Amino acid sequence: MRAAGRPLSRTLTRALPVTPAVVLLVLFLAGPIAYCAYIAFTDLQLTGQAESSFIGFENFRTAFKDKAFLNAVWLTLVFTVLSSLLGQNTLGLALAALMQRASKPVRTLVGGIVITAWVLPEVVAGFLLYAFFRREGTLNAILAWLHLPSQNWLFTLPILAVSFANVWRGTAFSMLVYSAALNEIPKEITEAAEMDGAGGWRRMWHITLPMIRRSIGTNLMLNTLQTLSVFGLIWVMTRGGPGNRSQTLPLFMYEQAFQKSMIGYGTAVALLLLVVGSLFSVVYMRLLRTEV
Amino acid sequence: MPSRRAHRRVAADAGLLVVAAAFVLPLAWVLLSAVDPHADLRVRVPDGLTLGNFDAVLTPDVTFTPLLNSLVLCGSGTLLTVACAALAAYPLSRFRSRFNRPFLLTILFATCLPITAIMVPVYALFVRVNLIDTMQGTILFFAASQLPFAVWLMKNFMDGVPRELEEAAWTDGASAFQSLTRIVLPLMGPGVAVVTVFSFVMMWGNFFVPFMLLLSPDQMPASVSINDFFGNRGTVVYGQLAAFSVVYSTPVILLYVVVAGRVGSGFALGGAVKG
Repeated sequence: MRAAGRPLSRTLTRALPVTPAVVLLVLFLAGPIAYCAYIAFTDLQLTGQAESSFIGFENFRTAFKDKAFLNAVWLTLVFTVLSSLLGQNTLGLALAALMQRASKPVRTLVGGIVITAWVLPEVVAGFLLYAFFRREGTLNAILAWLHLPSQNWLFTLPILAVSFANVWRGTAFSMLVYSAALNEIPKEITEAAEMDGAGGWRRMWHITLPMIRRSIGTNLMLNTLQTLSVFGLIWVMTRGGPGNRSQTLPLFMYEQAFQKSMIGYGTAVALLLLVVGSLFSVVYMRLLRTEV
Repeated sequence: MPSRRAHRRVAADAGLLVVAAAFVLPLAWVLLSAVDPHADLRVRVPDGLTLGNFDAVLTPDVTFTPLLNSLVLCGSGTLLTVACAALAAYPLSRFRSRFNRPFLLTILFATCLPITAIMVPVYALFVRVNLIDTMQGTILFFAASQLPFAVWLMKNFMDGVPRELEEAAWTDGASAFQSLTRIVLPLMGPGVAVVTVFSFVMMWGNFFVPFMLLLSPDQMPASVSINDFFGNRGTVVYGQLAAFSVVYSTPVILLYVVVAGRVGSGFALGGAVKG
């Protein structure tokens, strides 16, 4: 609250340093978002910029009748549930929990490996997992060694392959969030439960998980948001194919806008993605509410 | 009890090592293939060691120009982000105002937005204002896209610097800008390092932004040019692709190691996102 009598000029002077950030954000972030909301309702095309006209909700009506769009929505859902919810989140928690008990050298080594996968540039991660899942790749070599049937993963189960790739790349984040959360649980509590004879799983379920539930919420939110916008990883591994069997919404949006030149339609899809992202953001902010 | 605890530790170690084995395979592929004269797609012990793959890719066309482009893009973008974030964080952290809360909430909201989703309109907008295929346009967009998170982190770190240290400087007549640059920022060195490295690493690895906003091949950063190993050159030479990947990834891994070593491996993420 501005105290009564404090001159306006002082408030303005104090706000001055914020200006560069605000200008940058308005021009390059808010501007495109507003523009997005506008061209989503036009039939703008890549060629012939001159005449685009306002067509109301036509793009959205087209989308919900478009089999390829519905396919992309479904694949995005599968990709998010498999890689973010089940994969990164669960594996990250498991790793963090095991690390609490492991010996220090093992903890350092494993942490280093998992974090390296996370720090690698997205495209490099894509190539590494492309090589891993290819017909001639490492996974099939291991399966053959174990006398198990091999297959062309990127062809038969492309969405599963890219989901695993995203787990490989993103688990470190969850692991770090959960490690920090588990470190904050007072030792006395777990020790008391142990004395009372509660087994490992029961301690996890009744004591640990309830105590870190805010971290779980935050982590799920951020993982999901990150996973919704994955483009490079899938692009490098499969280009969304074969056919469109690993084409999630970002790849669908790109294809419509640039390979089919339908900027208006591609943007309408982008706007839907943005709205879903915003909803997640709002939930996330409510989780953080007390801290701002 | 001690024996049971030791037993449990062995079990945890074994579990972790199994997971790590799965994680390490793709990493082993890139390291081994880079020095393998006959690299293919699977992990195996090289039949001979060679630096030929590195020799082949360490040319101006393949490696140096793209890396230099990456450095210009990400370096300038990071400088801009960190400077704007430090300036913006100062009044947010030091002065009470009714604008602080709405501003921070907007920043937090923007942090979460999927940037991927706005790239199509950004492309259309950049075509219209003649920023498409320019380094400065891409740098400005990079800076803006990292800025919300940078402001958020910077403000949290700045809150940790006690005000009393500045009040002495204020009574000596130092301006707010002087106390920011001479007192606050030096005191939050690790925080500034985290924001800088985080922004740089995010930009260095980003593929979609330069892929959309840059068109001419001689301006492409490494994140996009790496795809040329697949496209135009016929059969893929996996050894060279691996060697290039190693060269391209090394800077960000080193930066991470340096910062994590000094700030703690939580990378201040715990502090930034804990809920």
